[in-house]
Amino acid sequence: MTMQPHGTTAEMNRIATVEELNLLRDKWKAKLETPSGIRVVVGMATCGISAGANQVYEAFRNEIKKRGLDHVVVEKVGCIGMCVYEPIVEIFEDGKEKVSYIHIDPEKAGSIVEQHLVGGKPCDELTLLQLDVKDQSGYVCGKFEDLPFNRKQKRIVLHNCGYINPEDIREYIGVDGYQALAKVITSMTPEETVELISASHLRGRGGAGFPTGLKWKFAARETSDQKYVICNADEGDPGAFMDRSVLEGDPHAVLEAMAIAGYAIGADQGWIYVRAEYPTAVKRLELAIREAKAIGLLGKKILGTDFNFDIKIRLGAGAFVCGEETALIASIEGKRGMPRNKPPFPASKGLWGKPTIINNVETLANIPAIIRNGPEWFRSIGTEGSPGTKVFALGGKITNTGLVEVPMGTTLREVIEDIGGGCPNGKKFKAVQTGGPSGGCLTFDALDVPIDFDQLVALGSMMGSGGMIVMDEDNCMVDIARFFLDFTVDESCGQCVPCREGTKRMLEILDKITSGGAEEKDLDDLYELADNIRQTSLCALGQTAPNPVLSTMEHFIDEYRAHVIDKKCPSKVCKDLLGYYITEACKGCTKCSRTCPVEAIRGKVKEQHYIDQSVCIRCGSCIDVCPFDAIERR
Amino acid sequence: MVSHINSEERQKEIAAFERDLERIKDGRGMLMLALHLAQNRFGYVPSDVQRIIADTLKVPLSTVYGVVTFYSRFTLIPRGRCDLSICTGTTCYIQGAEELLKEAEETLGIKDGETSPDGNFSLSTTRCVGACSLAPVVTVNGEVHGRMTVQEMKKLLADLKKQYLSQPESNEDK
Repeated sequence: MTMQPHGTTAEMNRIATVEELNLLRDKWKAKLETPSGIRVVVGMATCGISAGANQVYEAFRNEIKKRGLDHVVVEKVGCIGMCVYEPIVEIFEDGKEKVSYIHIDPEKAGSIVEQHLVGGKPCDELTLLQLDVKDQSGYVCGKFEDLPFNRKQKRIVLHNCGYINPEDIREYIGVDGYQALAKVITSMTPEETVELISASHLRGRGGAGFPTGLKWKFAARETSDQKYVICNADEGDPGAFMDRSVLEGDPHAVLEAMAIAGYAIGADQGWIYVRAEYPTAVKRLELAIREAKAIGLLGKKILGTDFNFDIKIRLGAGAFVCGEETALIASIEGKRGMPRNKPPFPASKGLWGKPTIINNVETLANIPAIIRNGPEWFRSIGTEGSPGTKVFALGGKITNTGLVEVPMGTTLREVIEDIGGGCPNGKKFKAVQTGGPSGGCLTFDALDVPIDFDQLVALGSMMGSGGMIVMDEDNCMVDIARFFLDFTVDESCGQCVPCREGTKRMLEILDKITSGGAEEKDLDDLYELADNIRQTSLCALGQTAPNPVLSTMEHFIDEYRAHVIDKKCPSKVCKDLLGYYITEACKGCTKCSRTCPVEAIRGKVKEQHYIDQSVCIRCGSCIDVCPFDAIERR
Repeated sequence: MVSHINSEERQKEIAAFERDLERIKDGRGMLMLALHLAQNRFGYVPSDVQRIIADTLKVPLSTVYGVVTFYSRFTLIPRGRCDLSICTGTTCYIQGAEELLKEAEETLGIKDGETSPDGNFSLSTTRCVGACSLAPVVTVNGEVHGRMTVQEMKKLLADLKKQYLSQPESNEDK
C-alpha cells in the first residue's frame, strides 16, 4: 500500500469514542514507524523557511511528481533544533537507517531524488557525514542523535518537533496524541487530574517557576458559571524562541494540554494569546484547531463524554509587557496591555472577571507526556526542586546555535561547551545572559552550577523563558546592560512611576557611562535607582528591569570603572570611548587631514601623520577615507 | 501622510473593511482584532478608520486611539510597499544589528519608524522575530533574511531599490 498525500479529508471523520481514536492511532503509528514507501521530511519552521526550505520542499515535490515516484511522500515537519544546519531534510525508509541531509538547496534536492530516491544510494557528501564529526571510537556521526549536540539532550517538549507533520492531526494521533486527554476525560475526575499534575511537581516554564498544579488547584476550587484557560504564547523575551518552535512543530500538544487543563479546572473555553510576529505559528495553530474540531477532539461532547472545550486565538501586537498575565488578560479584552495589582490573582478574577489559569506554551507541552507516563516518571528527570527538562535557545557567540532541551540540573558548562561547542573563532567566553531583560549575566564561576529555577535565582539571574545568549571577549557588558535598559524603557507600559521614570533615568546614566561623561558618583546613583525600582514597581517588568544592570555591576564592576574613570571601553565596543590612531602604514597622502572636520590630524606630506586626541571628535571619517588601512581604533 | 492608492480604490477598501467589522462587532473585546484587520488592510490605522471602528464597536474614539498607540504593531503612518524591519533583539544586537540599521537608514534616506515620501519604503526595528540562530536577521514584508552582514545588506538594499523604484533617482529626498 502506498502512503496517501496529506490533506485528504476522507479519514477526517468524527472520532466519537476512545476505541476509534485508538484505531486511528494504530494505523498512523504504523505509517510513521514502518512506512511502506519512503518518507521525506523537510524542516519547515521559521528558521528552516528563512534558510530556503520552501524552495527545497517544492523542488522535492516537483521532482517526485515528474518522475512519478508514487511510493515517496514529502512532508513538512517542525524544527529539530539544529538551526545551524538548515535547510534540513531527512529520509525515512522501513528497514533502513534514517538519512539526514543538511544545507540543502533545490539543486541538491534534485541530486538526492536522482541518486537516493531513484538510485537507492544516499548522497554521502550531502549528509551529516560531510561534517566528519567523530565520536570517541572514531565512528563518523551520520545521525543527529549521534552528534555531541544531541547526546546530552532529553526531549519531552520537543519530542515530536521535526518528526511529525504539524499540519496533519493524524500524525500527532499516531504518536499517542490525544491519548492523555482521552485518559483524563474518560477515567479520571477533575480533582484527580489536578492531583496528578501537582504530584509531578511541574513548574511554570514561562519564567518564575510557579507550581502548575497549585495554579490549577486555585482555579479549580473557585465556583463560577464560566472559567477560562489561557495559553501564553506571547514569547516576547528577545533571544528565546522555544515556544515558537513548539507551536510550529507540535501545535496539537498545546491544544491537548489546554483541553486537559480545562477539564481539570472546569473550563470549556480556551484562548491562545500569540505574538503576531510569529505568522507561521499562527497559521499552524489555526489549522490545528480546525482539524481538532473537525475530528471531534475539540468542541462539544468530546469522545462521547459530556466534556466540551473550544479554543480561540488572539493576536498580540508587539508589547512585551503583555507577557505579564494581568496585562495579557487586558489585551485579550481588547484594552491597552497594562498590568494590575495582584491579588486578586487571575485564578479567582481573570479574563472578564472569571477564574482563569494562564500557562506558558512550554509548560503545557509537558502535560500530555506527564499524564501518559505518570508523575513518578516526570520526577525521575531533572532535580528534586525542578523536575523535568528545560528548553534553552542557544544563541549569540556560540558555534551550535539552536534549541536544546536538557534535564534540569545540567550544568552551564555542559550546555555551552559540550552541546553548544563553545565560542567560535577561538574567542574567549565571557558571560552568558539568561532570563532576557529580566535576567542577569552568569560568568565563568557559574559554569559548573547545575541549572534549575532556584540555582539561577541564587546566582542573581533567573530562568526566564530560556533564552541563553553567549557573549565573548568582544562584547562590552556595560553596553549590554544599556541595551536591556533601552529595551525596558521602550516596553514600560507607563503606568507606574518607578518603572516609567526610573528606568529612563537609569538609561541616561548608562548613556553617560558609555559615552565617557560619567563620574564615580553616577555608579552609586545607578545602584540606588536600580534598588528602588526593584522594590517599588507595580509588576514584574519593572521589578526585574534593573537585573541586567545589577548583575553586570556585580560581576563586571571593573568594566564599569574603566568606562567611568579611565574613559576606556576594554572590549572596544563603545565608540565614543575609542581613540583613533595612525600607524606606521601611513604614507602621508594627507587624505585624512583634508577630510577631518575639526583639523585634528597633523603631519607633513609623505610622512606619518598623527591625531591630536584633544581635538579629535571621534567621528571616524578618517578611517573611511584612508587608502592604506593606516588608522586604527583602540 | 501618504497613501499609495487613489481615493476611489480607498473607498472600496473602506467599504470592505466595514463589512469585516460587521462580522466581528458583536463579539467581546474585539478592538484589538479590528485594529489588526485595519493595519493589515490599509498598512496603517488612519484617523478616519479609527472613527469607523469606534462607531461600529461602540467604544470611545479616545480608547481606540489609546490602544493604537500602545502597541507597536499598529501605526499611524502608512507602511511602505516595501516594509523593511531590522531585528534588534539581544542576539541580533550583539551580532551587529545596529550596523545594519545604519546602512539601511543611509541608503533609504529614512530613519527608523519612517516611511519614504513616495510610499515605497518603510523602515522599522522589531524586538526579536524568534529566528535567533540566524542572527542578525532582517525581514522584508515579513520574509526573514538571516545571517546578514553589512555587505549582504548593501546587496539586499540595492536589489530592493531596483525592484521597487522604476527610477532609482526619484527616492533622493533631502
